[in-house]
Amino acid sequence: MSKNDLTRRGVLKTGAVAGAGLAVPTIFTAGSARAFTNEPTGSNVVLGFNVPQTGPYADEGMDELRAQELAVQHLNGEGDGGCLATFSSKALDGTGILGKKVTFVTGDTQTKSDAARAAAKSMIEKDGAIMINGGSSSGVAVAVQGLCQEAGIIFMAGLTHSNDTTGKDRKKNGFRHFFNAYMSAAALAPVLEKAYGTDRRAYHLTADYTWGWTQQESIAASTEAMGWETVENVLTPLAATDFSSYIAPVLNSGADVLVLNHYGGNMVNSLTQAVQFGLRDKQVNGKNFEIVVPLYSELMAAGAGANVAGVYGSMNYNWQLDNEGSKAFVKSFGEKYGRPPSNSAQTCYAQVLLYADAVARAGSFDPCAVAEALEGFQFDGLGNGPTLYRAEDHQCFKDVLVMKGKEAPANEFDLLEIVDVTPVAQVEYPADHPMFGGAEATLGECNPGA
Amino acid sequence: MDAILLQILNGLDKGSAYALIALGLTLIFGTLGVVNFAHGALFMVGAFCAIFLQRLLGTSFEIIDETQKDFLGNPLKVQAPYIEYWFGKDIGASIIDWSVPLAILLTIPVMLVIGYVMERGLIRHFYKRPHADQILVTFGLAIVLQEIIKYFYGANPIQAPEPSAFKGSVDLGMMLGFQANAIVYPIWRLVYFAFSVVIIAGVFAFLQFTTFGMVVRAGMVDRETVGMLGINIDKRFTIMFGIAAAVAGLAGVMYAPINAPNYHMGMDFLVLSFVVVVVGGMGSLPGAVLAGFLLGILESAASTTWATTTIPGINQIIIYLVAIIVLLTRPRGLMGRKGVMED
Amino acid sequence: MLGLNKHDAMLFVIVLILTLLAPFLLNPFPQGSSLAQFNAGYPDLMQRFVIYGIFAIGFNILFGLTGYLSFGHAAFLGMGSYAAVWIFKLLTYNVVPAILLSVIVAGLFALVIGYISLRRSGIYFSILTLAFAQMSFALAYSVLSNPKFNLTNGETGLQVYSNDPQWLHRASLPDMPHLFGLSVRSTYTLRMNGWTFDFNSGYYICAAIMILMFYLSIRIFRSPFGMMLRAIKSNQQRLNYTGLNSRPYTLAAFVISGMYAGLAGGLLAAMDPLAGAERMQWTASGEVVLMTILGGAGTLIGPVLGAGFIKYFENIFSKINDNVLHQWFAFLPDGMEDLMVTIVHPFIGKGWNLTLGLLFMIVVIFLPGGLVEGGQRVGRVFRRRDRKASGAEAEAARQRRTPAE
Repeated sequence: MSKNDLTRRGVLKTGAVAGAGLAVPTIFTAGSARAFTNEPTGSNVVLGFNVPQTGPYADEGMDELRAQELAVQHLNGEGDGGCLATFSSKALDGTGILGKKVTFVTGDTQTKSDAARAAAKSMIEKDGAIMINGGSSSGVAVAVQGLCQEAGIIFMAGLTHSNDTTGKDRKKNGFRHFFNAYMSAAALAPVLEKAYGTDRRAYHLTADYTWGWTQQESIAASTEAMGWETVENVLTPLAATDFSSYIAPVLNSGADVLVLNHYGGNMVNSLTQAVQFGLRDKQVNGKNFEIVVPLYSELMAAGAGANVAGVYGSMNYNWQLDNEGSKAFVKSFGEKYGRPPSNSAQTCYAQVLLYADAVARAGSFDPCAVAEALEGFQFDGLGNGPTLYRAEDHQCFKDVLVMKGKEAPANEFDLLEIVDVTPVAQVEYPADHPMFGGAEATLGECNPGA
Repeated sequence: MDAILLQILNGLDKGSAYALIALGLTLIFGTLGVVNFAHGALFMVGAFCAIFLQRLLGTSFEIIDETQKDFLGNPLKVQAPYIEYWFGKDIGASIIDWSVPLAILLTIPVMLVIGYVMERGLIRHFYKRPHADQILVTFGLAIVLQEIIKYFYGANPIQAPEPSAFKGSVDLGMMLGFQANAIVYPIWRLVYFAFSVVIIAGVFAFLQFTTFGMVVRAGMVDRETVGMLGINIDKRFTIMFGIAAAVAGLAGVMYAPINAPNYHMGMDFLVLSFVVVVVGGMGSLPGAVLAGFLLGILESAASTTWATTTIPGINQIIIYLVAIIVLLTRPRGLMGRKGVMED
Repeated sequence: MLGLNKHDAMLFVIVLILTLLAPFLLNPFPQGSSLAQFNAGYPDLMQRFVIYGIFAIGFNILFGLTGYLSFGHAAFLGMGSYAAVWIFKLLTYNVVPAILLSVIVAGLFALVIGYISLRRSGIYFSILTLAFAQMSFALAYSVLSNPKFNLTNGETGLQVYSNDPQWLHRASLPDMPHLFGLSVRSTYTLRMNGWTFDFNSGYYICAAIMILMFYLSIRIFRSPFGMMLRAIKSNQQRLNYTGLNSRPYTLAAFVISGMYAGLAGGLLAAMDPLAGAERMQWTASGEVVLMTILGGAGTLIGPVLGAGFIKYFENIFSKINDNVLHQWFAFLPDGMEDLMVTIVHPFIGKGWNLTLGLLFMIVVIFLPGGLVEGGQRVGRVFRRRDRKASGAEAEAARQRRTPAE
């Protein structure tokens, strides 16, 4: 039996009405009078911040939480207002959202898709959250995005770098401010070409799960396009902490670049151990051996310490970025917490503001109206420079930063430097790109819940 | 040939960490009959001794440097370690540089005390309780230890680099007559291997050649009889618990440069070390060491490209596969005794 | 009643009433009050309570009765979930075939793994089950999710896409798991001045199954088969000497508890059609061990209590953040308020693991029989003279306190 998605969605509503004889069934929450899930009725509106608070990414989650608290303060007119002053859209005025005071609840994703969904459900069902924001892995992002689609609320992903989030798993109710593996590769390739030339042989170590594969695929494609050869791609178990048996054969393989498609603890360990193996002191094929880490984050850099020196990677945002929005945000964040924000913190901060702004422009909390307001939205002044939320796949398009580990960092926050700001035109791709689910991938229909 | 040698070397190196942790676990099983799920946490606490010392030595006062700016545009506060101020820049810096080896001196007493307190305060009350209760209470303790460390040091890994004298690698292949870059190995990993051999030999010598060790070995075989001979075996077992904790801590402190410590590193090793102990045979010290090195080598062999292309994913499951095969063919592991932990 | 003796019947009725009234009992605080934070009566958590209750009841049939400590039961839960989601993808969103298949799949795997693992006892058995479970997890997380043969969808978790075939799906049915048309998400909310109570169809489906499974476990506990399992726990060797082969009995117990786990996994997927590999990790297996011991292994009601306890912590304590704390202590003078927040801070929100760890230790140190023993001690204070009140539960708790050697 063939059927298309559209009719199924339509039927869903009639099905729900048909079952009304039983107990006025609505999806997720009751409130039979509501037009959409968790429509705010009082003087408050509740946002749900779902970040890892336990497990290996707890610190990343803490930083996201800090930024989100700051955003709530700014929305409510407390503090110095941060990016509200620099934001190109002027719909927000520091009186909450549509006159409602912004409050928030928090959940612990534990960086597990099950736990993340449980936490999100709890915020939706129990606390009446109108949107979910944050997270620190692609598995969690895709899982929670699917949940929010079913529940009928807006989801804004935190740190998620996999192509799938806005690729084959894209959803109408979900948006991503973060960049993705394809963009990393497209931004890195020219810089690598300039620094290391076109005649290089790359050895990939790849974390053996979905994100690792898409990352490796993207990097291999764009480096091969400029003439590099991929010698070998070795998959490493996610649970691995000792990479010696994967790193040891690298030097003798004829490769002269090692690409570490690892994230978080995997990356800290594999980079540390690769440096310990002396790879960066060696010469192969008459060239200096180099290491590349396609995805950087401040916390990973801090974890890897001095080992990042001279290693290229890419980032969504960095506090050293010199534009008005970035300066306002860094000042506001730095004065409150005594440290510069991480790039996932900036992502979560910007997303809260963007959500609030979209509500204000739409004049409604209805997720469908909000999604419509966000689609194709172009803005500036939140730290990343001119930015577009593409309507076709809800992926954010903006300049991508290529970073390099500093040789002599002045302090613990100064481990990376910006070597290149890759203009957005260079990292663009069509929405039906084969790495992003091809022509089959659809956003589906907007779901307002009730 | 060189590739095989390289993976054997790798395996020995991996195995030395497994063997050290399994040795400590077996000491506790063998002597006290307690399933200690907090053993991984002790390993982690050992690694954090290195971090603690590094931070302690790096304790700094702030100098405001007007010429530089911090990220908010305020004058930069430059951290100046007291130790460099007291001993002069060069000596101070090299003391900090050597913080990991120095941390051994800190780890031994700290872990002995932790082990002693743990045994007297907690484990002692669980000798007569079912193993399930022992698991629950030590697992609870492991979580508590982890969370305490997380509270003070955060969840992110922290680097504890080896002294610069041990940085970099040596080309062992050249020494053996292979071509350059065939077998390149980090110096610190070779140090770790040697260190673990020394510790293992030390523990065995202690048990083999001292009166204390003789009594403990006798107690492991038949606790009641030794007790009836008028020997206070409990006190000796408490000390053995402290020694086992110290072995775990030493394994951790020296591992810190290889694997930047974070609060859950113990849990990552816990399952693996239990597998090692069981494969070696419960209560058998030589078995634990043998199984540690053996599984290290097999794990390394399974992660070669040849193995992973032959059987995809073999590197993910090899340890467990070996455990299953060993346990089915040799009921009590490689060198286990009858009747230990079989109830 | 129902073939139960008076004591068991009473216990059963109590469980029945508690389960049916859970939406009231778990939401004791009015919405908007500062204590509403502790309410647990929302659909997702209530579902989790009973589903993990089923998981723990099943685990207890193996561990509580035979003493065999499996460290790999989460694998069966995960397999059950994957089986259920595959039914959703291929056939229909109706939960009945999904749950049936999840029980069958888990049962088959339990038969194979149990047959091999039960050749050994004690910790060797535990490690064998652990090894199988870890292998399943590793395979599900990465190897079995490769694009060429994607069985599990790896990191993201197996889920239903709109272009999945769903051969038996008809347009008139809800587009989410349902029981013959009744969506598991349909909820009726009762509002009574300030209080709200959610009656969720999914919860009641799970609750009905849990009650059934609880009844089944009572019957197993009291049957000759259950006696045989207990005999294995108290002295397997002696049993073997009498000429009885105990292996079929332990294997039967293993398969039954594996099927319970599969059922729980199927229900998890039915309530939320996504199956993640983390469900199979050793920590998940450890969790059910902790639930059972915490509640009281070998008792009937203990595992359910333990499951509720741990899930409550995971979902409620992890959500208390500093903002909430400041609200609670707002009545105190400023300095005091900050002090109280500072004191409580490490134990809540991101520190919920610490509280849980401490509670594990406290319970196991002071209440060797788990929460059930705690309840009995409290009970005994109230009815001193009723010596007969000890009953089967106390029996089991007492049994446990004697070493198993």
